Amino acid sequence: MSRVLEIAGLVKSFGGLTATDHVSLTVESGEIHALIGPNGAGKSTLINQICGELAPSAGRIHLAGQDITRLRADERVALGLGRTFQITSLLEDMTVRQNLGLAVQVREGRNFAFFDNVARRREIWDETDAALAETALGPRAGVLVADLSHGEKKQLELLMALARRPRLLLLDEPMAGLGHLESQQMIETLAAARTGCAMLLVEHDMEAVFALADRISVLVYGRIIAVGKADEIRANPEVREAYLGEEEA
Amino acid sequence: MRRETLALLAVFAVLALVPVLAELTGQTSWTRLVGQALIYGMAAASLNFILGYGGMISFGHATFFGIGGYVVGILYFHFDEGTRFLGIIPGTGQMLLTLPAAILVSGLAAALVGALSLRTGGVQFIMITLAFAQMFFFLFISLKTYGGEDGVMVRRTNSLPGLNMRDKATLYWVILVVAAGYYLFLRQLVRSSFGQIIAGIRQNERRMTAMGVATYRYKLAAFILSGMGAGLAGALMVNFLRFASPDMLHWTRSGELMVMVILGGVGTLAGPFVGAAALTIIETLLSRLTEHWMLPVGVLLLAVVLLSRGGLMALIARMTGGRGK
Amino acid sequence: MILLTEQLLNGLQYGVTLFLLAAGLTLIFGIMGVINLAHGAFYMAGAFAASWVAIQTGSFWGGLLAGLLVSGLIGVLVEVGVIRRLYARDHLDQVLATFALILILNQGTVLIFGRQPLFSSMPEIFSGSVEILPGLPYPVYRLFVIVVGLTVAAGLYLLINRTRIGMLVRAGATNREMVRALGVDIRRLYTTVFGLGALLAGLAGVMASPIVSVQVGMGDEIILATFVVVVIGGVGSVKGAFVAGLLLGLADTMLRAFLPSLLAQVMSGPEAQALGTGISSMGIYLMMAIVLLLRPRGLFAAQG
Repeated sequence: MSRVLEIAGLVKSFGGLTATDHVSLTVESGEIHALIGPNGAGKSTLINQICGELAPSAGRIHLAGQDITRLRADERVALGLGRTFQITSLLEDMTVRQNLGLAVQVREGRNFAFFDNVARRREIWDETDAALAETALGPRAGVLVADLSHGEKKQLELLMALARRPRLLLLDEPMAGLGHLESQQMIETLAAARTGCAMLLVEHDMEAVFALADRISVLVYGRIIAVGKADEIRANPEVREAYLGEEEA
Repeated sequence: MRRETLALLAVFAVLALVPVLAELTGQTSWTRLVGQALIYGMAAASLNFILGYGGMISFGHATFFGIGGYVVGILYFHFDEGTRFLGIIPGTGQMLLTLPAAILVSGLAAALVGALSLRTGGVQFIMITLAFAQMFFFLFISLKTYGGEDGVMVRRTNSLPGLNMRDKATLYWVILVVAAGYYLFLRQLVRSSFGQIIAGIRQNERRMTAMGVATYRYKLAAFILSGMGAGLAGALMVNFLRFASPDMLHWTRSGELMVMVILGGVGTLAGPFVGAAALTIIETLLSRLTEHWMLPVGVLLLAVVLLSRGGLMALIARMTGGRGK
Repeated sequence: MILLTEQLLNGLQYGVTLFLLAAGLTLIFGIMGVINLAHGAFYMAGAFAASWVAIQTGSFWGGLLAGLLVSGLIGVLVEVGVIRRLYARDHLDQVLATFALILILNQGTVLIFGRQPLFSSMPEIFSGSVEILPGLPYPVYRLFVIVVGLTVAAGLYLLINRTRIGMLVRAGATNREMVRALGVDIRRLYTTVFGLGALLAGLAGVMASPIVSVQVGMGDEIILATFVVVVIGGVGSVKGAFVAGLLLGLADTMLRAFLPSLLAQVMSGPEAQALGTGISSMGIYLMMAIVLLLRPRGLFAAQG
């Protein structure tokens, strides 16, 4: 098994506050690694450093063996780091098909072509239509993103991230705000996609975490207090106290 | 033939007939008016590419319009004097040389301004583009050789092989052909893979970055292309009016270009041309009636911004039953 | 030395004028998020009202009062009539709507006062000069302008740091949503701040009226320099507006005073004059470009 993501000794402090406190974490290829922790534990800060939206104060991040600590966000994506947003972030004035088509186009390249016609690039639209047809979004292809339901937007965002064929997918609370049925669909979609890429899953929905994750890391106050398989985490007294205890209360 | 193609051909035919009709009815000033509107339309359309399609609110677009104009003016000045610019580049009055030179130089200026300005965003971007525009404005004012505040005269319109460019109608047709070509170029650009990326950046830059797009590069390329278009328009304008002055670069000129874009309809292909025509014609007609023509223009602009969304193009679309963008 | 002191004082006087204009503009920027290109029109309105009343009545103080009243009133009217509709709009709409306001207010002024500049005289007690250095007489009125500017700056500091409205203003400049969440009557706060900003701009116009030619378009020239001050100082920061205002006032005055003669030592007279004037006019914009490239949010950015 090769290592897709390796974070070593990552530190991020804002003034006196240490939001990320010497975090080390790995994601192996084919693995779904869940990151859980109470609100304010520093999950978003960690995600933003992996994506390149925040520069860490210290530590290293490697993607598939390559040091990406100092790379721009878009360069990391080009190297195989995909992500979804906690609050969906899409091109609202375009249709579902145009959104996914653009994601495919970006991967295919030739984006500096001034004299082609994007509507006639068959390789883009064949793949887009095929991908949409496999999902519940198929009949919604012509709908403007602004008119989609919350669950549909989450679905589309995931499709767009996968269209890049990432080595590693960062999922920032993919279940947030979804109804029970939609959550089930999302879990199935993720389970189906795991053959293609490794995932780092930040999630509050424990049902989803236990259903999907191979390993779980628990982040509390910027520090990882436990790593292990679902059973080990469930049994860990420290975790129960810091996190699960809170849930049960 | 598709409806859009037919409409474009019809508009082109009508515009091509303007000098003939003007001659027949004795309203010769119309040729000048429509020619000016076409040139401003090109400048506004070039601005619209970054503003309407790319979401970059540049408040210094007249800079590139003026630089393009000054290239023609300065080349003619040295041609006339038989001297060389900076002692190296000989002057010329050949349009086949001056227009490409104007496009090139304004593109270089846009590359410089864009490369620095695009590091900021929001209000700061608006203000830094304005600041660069002011710098170029004062630069040209301080060039005594080229007339300082008065600008530089171009006593003879640039020549084109086989055409009598001193004939106003011929010059008008040349402008019309260039404007039509520029319209088609923009239409192509918007449909291209590049145009799609630019549209994506306008809607959600963060999303485009997350898709792996180095947005800065694309925005800069769009900014340069847009500056080149404005430079071409400025070069034509100097041929048309036969002088280049710092007034072409004044910040209120940049404001006027934005007004044309908004008036016609942001993010539409024909909008800037419609807006430019509307503003040019309104200004000319009103200024015949009253010296206070700016007052109604201001009220009209305020009404368009506050009350209508989509400008005149949306209105036209509603009236013809088509769908507005 | 004498020349330098004189130019330093001139720069200071221009600097406080810029500050008076920028203080209101930066608050309007920071709190309401509105780009108001027409802010210079309040400066013009203050100058015209003050000059006209001063010419009619012969009283500078009557003019001062009129200038403040008129500019403040126009400010409130503009906020209620136009600006209020722009809060939720994007920057493009704001730029265009306030550009339209410039056209309207300028032409309105032409309709009322014509195109001829107005000239008003300064009050008796300030009309003389005082010898501040041996051999350097300096107009008392200009010193008065500096004192007024610095006093207003101190007053604004107290207003913003010591009063409830100041607390709201500070909170608003940093976090608009928070003030909304506090249940404050946002509309009234906005109108008040906008009116106050217009009043300060009007005061700058009143102060300038005896020493510049009062004419249509006077606001358009100074508003660009004011924007430079606001952006360099950091949008929303009154302290930034103060520091940047004085800095730019001094820099601009010094460049204009000394650059042409410096250039004249290396090139011919008339060309040095033209180039020197050109470069000194570019100076503040160059400063702004440099500051923005190093600190994209300005020197004292209020919004994080």
